[in-house]
Amino acid sequence: MATAPVVNRRDFLKKSAAGGAALVVGFHLAPRAFADQAKDQEEKTANPFDAWVRITPDDHVTLVLGKSEMGQGVLTALPMILAEELSVDWKHVHVEQAPTNPKIYDLGTGGSGSVAGSWLPLRQAGAAAREMLIAAAAKRWEVGTDTCKAKNGLVVHGHPERSFRFGELVADAAKLPIPSLNKVPLKNSEDFTIVGRDTHRLDTADKSSGKAKFGIDSRVPGMLYAVVARCPVFEGKVASFDATKAKAVPGVRDVFEIKTSGRGASTTGGVAVLAENSWAAIQGRKALEVTWEEGAAAKESSEELRDQFLANAQKPGGVLRNEGDANAVLEAAPKKLEAIYELPFAAHVCMEPMNCTVDIRPDSAEAWVPSQGPQWAQAVIAEAAKLPPEKVTVHTTLMGGGFGRRYQADFVMEAAQVAKISGKPVMVLWTREDDMQHDFYRPASYHRLQGALDGQGKLAAWKHFQTSTSIAAKWSQKGADDPGLGEFGTGATIPYATPNIRIEYTLAHSSAPRAWWRSVEHSSSGFVMESFVDELAHAAGQDALEFRLKLLGEPRKIPQFGEGREDYHPLDTGRLKGVLQLAADKAGWTKPLPQGQGRGIAGFFSFYSYVAAVAEVSASSSAFKVNRIVCAVDCGRAVNPNGVRAQVESAAIYALTATLKDAITVDRGRVVQANFNDYAMIRMNEAPPIEVYLVPSTEAPTGIGEPTVPVIAPAISNAIFRASGKRLRRLPIRKEDLA
Amino acid sequence: MAISFTLNGKPESVDVSPDMPLLWVLRDTLNKTGTKFGCGMALCGACTVHINGEATRSCITPISSVAGKKVTTIEGLSADGSHPVQKAWMEEDVPQCGYCQSGQIMSAVALLAKKPNPTDAEIDGAMSGNICRCGTYQRIRKAIHRAASEVAGKSHSAA
Repeated sequence: MATAPVVNRRDFLKKSAAGGAALVVGFHLAPRAFADQAKDQEEKTANPFDAWVRITPDDHVTLVLGKSEMGQGVLTALPMILAEELSVDWKHVHVEQAPTNPKIYDLGTGGSGSVAGSWLPLRQAGAAAREMLIAAAAKRWEVGTDTCKAKNGLVVHGHPERSFRFGELVADAAKLPIPSLNKVPLKNSEDFTIVGRDTHRLDTADKSSGKAKFGIDSRVPGMLYAVVARCPVFEGKVASFDATKAKAVPGVRDVFEIKTSGRGASTTGGVAVLAENSWAAIQGRKALEVTWEEGAAAKESSEELRDQFLANAQKPGGVLRNEGDANAVLEAAPKKLEAIYELPFAAHVCMEPMNCTVDIRPDSAEAWVPSQGPQWAQAVIAEAAKLPPEKVTVHTTLMGGGFGRRYQADFVMEAAQVAKISGKPVMVLWTREDDMQHDFYRPASYHRLQGALDGQGKLAAWKHFQTSTSIAAKWSQKGADDPGLGEFGTGATIPYATPNIRIEYTLAHSSAPRAWWRSVEHSSSGFVMESFVDELAHAAGQDALEFRLKLLGEPRKIPQFGEGREDYHPLDTGRLKGVLQLAADKAGWTKPLPQGQGRGIAGFFSFYSYVAAVAEVSASSSAFKVNRIVCAVDCGRAVNPNGVRAQVESAAIYALTATLKDAITVDRGRVVQANFNDYAMIRMNEAPPIEVYLVPSTEAPTGIGEPTVPVIAPAISNAIFRASGKRLRRLPIRKEDLA
Repeated sequence: MAISFTLNGKPESVDVSPDMPLLWVLRDTLNKTGTKFGCGMALCGACTVHINGEATRSCITPISSVAGKKVTTIEGLSADGSHPVQKAWMEEDVPQCGYCQSGQIMSAVALLAKKPNPTDAEIDGAMSGNICRCGTYQRIRKAIHRAASEVAGKSHSAA
């Protein structure tokens, strides 16, 4: 089997770190790093009472959160894992955000990897703390540790039962030897009292009362508020500026230029306007006169990009995977199919626009950062402040959405630059327009799928050509020469049995910044693969579900193509079938629908989880409506099933926006869309009911924040086909496309 | 010139540019950060407050227009999170990132003041100005129904 190196998020940032700014290495982003994370944590063997668990003599239990909370629920789910092994009463648990200390914590939050990657290390840390408490009690009673056990914040022994409260033991316990994390006994899952139970989030009261502090709510005595005028054209620069009118705006304190930081933090540079409040800064920027040096990207447009796609599609792409002889089989096949699918740039659109507050003092710095990568933020600030990273205190705040956008450190670098130059604490605040027009977008892509069916309706060949504005070309040191396999994700691992597979890729050029958008390449691969399989089912004259189940065949494990390790989370076709069947059963797949309505199904494996969706739509030649979405999920053990369901609901709505609403388009090197009027979101009146069903599982947890995204668009377009006979292959879907 | 109004039941006076939107007066001048900035164009609802009881987008409301009026923000809804809508939000685990939820709650409270037992269509009508990027819409809907029935239940048992 041919293998090409997959460029993943972890590698990107390591490479950026090595090649660009002095960024921190040692945080692990891609889900494939789960096992490595566990290993790294193990090597650290920090005292759990220093790292993860604080218990006061009066039994106040504080658990440390080593990831950042952007809505996905880690603030609740991760402490649940610790509390379970520690054996404390969940009602008494408090949570505290971890500091940036790479010796103990891996704060990088993304790749749907927080629960999956923390599952074993947090169990081990919680169990180690529990065993140390037990040992402390046993010593006081002068009995064997094996005669004592921990429950609900107590260590108990004997009949009649005697006990010590954890609070009475903690001072002694923390001084005892730390058990080997490899050998520390973990609870049997039958004894779980916290993990696996529907649990209320711990942050809801604060988020329902205005008390929750997001990055944008950071307040520092004497701080100024700044907005930055950035060149609207990608990679453009400041030619000159006149601050006279800006400085005349009441409340404006200063106006100065900040330079682009290029690779690494990847800022645009621009002119900062500092003021006493956000409003004055925004008004000052409106009055500012800047002449831009627009540069070469000013010639770029979405039309020009599509022309590149079409030209690229005329020639064979670079071959990433080739098994059998798909070309020959396609040539000779009695029944074959070809289809083109297109996806646009997509913006993250966190409800809290980008912002960062930094205070740089002569010998130290402090920052309040809504970041998925606080350690990277720390390194970026250290670089701008010319301080060693350990002199930079980063407070990781709550985030008003992340979706991958807040992995970037561009907004952090800007705040650090402005704080350094001004000598004052400063919040750099982005307006909605800044946020939408200076994002790192989900790549635009163009796909040609070809399939051949043999006489029995089996899949004789599968060929997938993609050309896109790859993420790798933006971030990889290999740049344009990067092979592009990472742009397919698990779309290169074909679960449907076929002897002939060919996957080709050609890079298209764009200056638009690209990066990781919720579910990354899977958002494209899922749409393309699950739409095309549906087309093949129709061509074969078979039911869309039956066709899939047949091609998935007997349960088998398929190594993830490009993973390099055959045994690492292989795709289990049995689990994929399981979610397809469950979604179909719950949706009533075989129950007839009225004329003008239809059901569509899609299933996809990403972030090591399996998700299937059935969408029900009404569609005519002039309108359509999504009436219902049914999701089935196998993400291993659900630590907080309530939180898992919330993530599935959330990802479904996120994907629905990308499926039905607006595209990010480019004109004269600029992003055209600027606010919610031209880049609309799904709203309450358009949100269909979403049902979520979880497959009970004792497997270790896998990702859940993202893997629902890839199945929503294909389920809907497949449903529209069933309802109206119209096959839609270009996102977003417009009602005009139905005509 | 100072502009006076009532904020969460208490007299307040600010000396700021009269065209400064209420949102920024609340957030930056008065340090009431529960009200959120989302779009600056009354498109997303994150900045929703009540002015004389009406749900209003504070990001496009000049402070001069608020003079003499009663402003309620999320901080003024209850001292301890005990408003029936806040309680329902907790029961249904509505918030994810939570950023839009102050605005969602203020819109929901204003809706229930007018329609104590709203239909789904009425909820759509009142809530579609509030965007939630985390997609908590179906939980918001459930929580509004829950708050409505709790209030109805209470007034019923009181009667």
